Amino acid sequence: MSDIWTLIRVFGYLSLLTVGGGMAAFPELQSLSVDTYHWLSFTQLVHLYSVGQLSPGPNMMMIIPIGDWVAGPVGAIVVALAFFGPTAILTYVVGIWWGKLAAWPWRSSIQKGLAPVSIGLLLAGCASIAKGAIIGWETALIAITVLCVLMVSKVNPAVVVLAGAAVGMIFLN
Amino acid sequence: MNEAAPSDGVKKVPLLQIFLAFLTIGATSFGGAVPYLRNALVERRGWLADPEFVEFLSISQSLPGLNATNMSILVGQRLGGVPGAILAILGMCLPGGILMFITGILYKEHGGRALTTAALKGVAAAAVALVLYTAFQLGRKSLNGRADLVFVAITAVAVAVFHQSVLVTLVAVGAAAILWHHPPAEKGR
Repeated sequence: MSDIWTLIRVFGYLSLLTVGGGMAAFPELQSLSVDTYHWLSFTQLVHLYSVGQLSPGPNMMMIIPIGDWVAGPVGAIVVALAFFGPTAILTYVVGIWWGKLAAWPWRSSIQKGLAPVSIGLLLAGCASIAKGAIIGWETALIAITVLCVLMVSKVNPAVVVLAGAAVGMIFLN
Repeated sequence: MNEAAPSDGVKKVPLLQIFLAFLTIGATSFGGAVPYLRNALVERRGWLADPEFVEFLSISQSLPGLNATNMSILVGQRLGGVPGAILAILGMCLPGGILMFITGILYKEHGGRALTTAALKGVAAAAVALVLYTAFQLGRKSLNGRADLVFVAITAVAVAVFHQSVLVTLVAVGAAAILWHHPPAEKGR
């Protein structure tokens, strides 16, 4: 039971950090789930996040296995509610008020100000995950190649991630 | 934006249709939900006009929460009020959630196999590139001037190098950046 409360607390908190995307919460997700509560290893977290990029829908569904591993299917549901609930309610409320705030000059200031912060958080998340994912010249090469492919073509990101899996199976086995 | 009050002049969509539409998007939107949302809601069904979709997207990006789920809430609310919002986010999350639930169980049992580990290494490396690419794309679209680059750098370094809490960094740098982008002149406050 105490596990459930911890899951609610942790994922409810992480929920509010996801400004600009789920990746913004990654450093804190790592620190809480790996270092503080030992729910999984850092490598497992990196794997789950990465595989999560292959699943359709929101790209942070990888939190669900963490809930399952800690407290079974109930944990999985609790984690999903804690992670998506608070921001859903916030978005609902702001959505209603947004039109009315159009005349408020700070609305645009807030948007402009949060944009660079959310990109900074995204990069910090990227740095955290890279520590576990870029583990030699082979993986660095895969990352650089994927980045180039995404920059120059309009290929679906999921296809590129899948290609990463294929390359890994062939060359990193 | 001259948005009318949601009650008049706005098309209401049956709740079941809202749920099924988002369930379909939730099950098929590989590689990021936004293009699929636009295709399904604006182009195919005509439930939203394009400017409204863009407005919703801009709200979604400014608030905490993932684009996919924030968009579900905003569009669901617009088309069907509270039940619409709940059904939309549920439809969006269910397929991927079930898929990852199963993946988690399989991973725990077979994640240690050599071939799986090799594949996961490749996937993780590609995922890093994907995040970098997303940051680059967002930056190109939404950064204004050199000061913004400084805010990006301070945020990233504070969290990644000095291990400051994401919340503290978000609030501190966010407040500074919002003040920096303060409204032009103060007229009739």
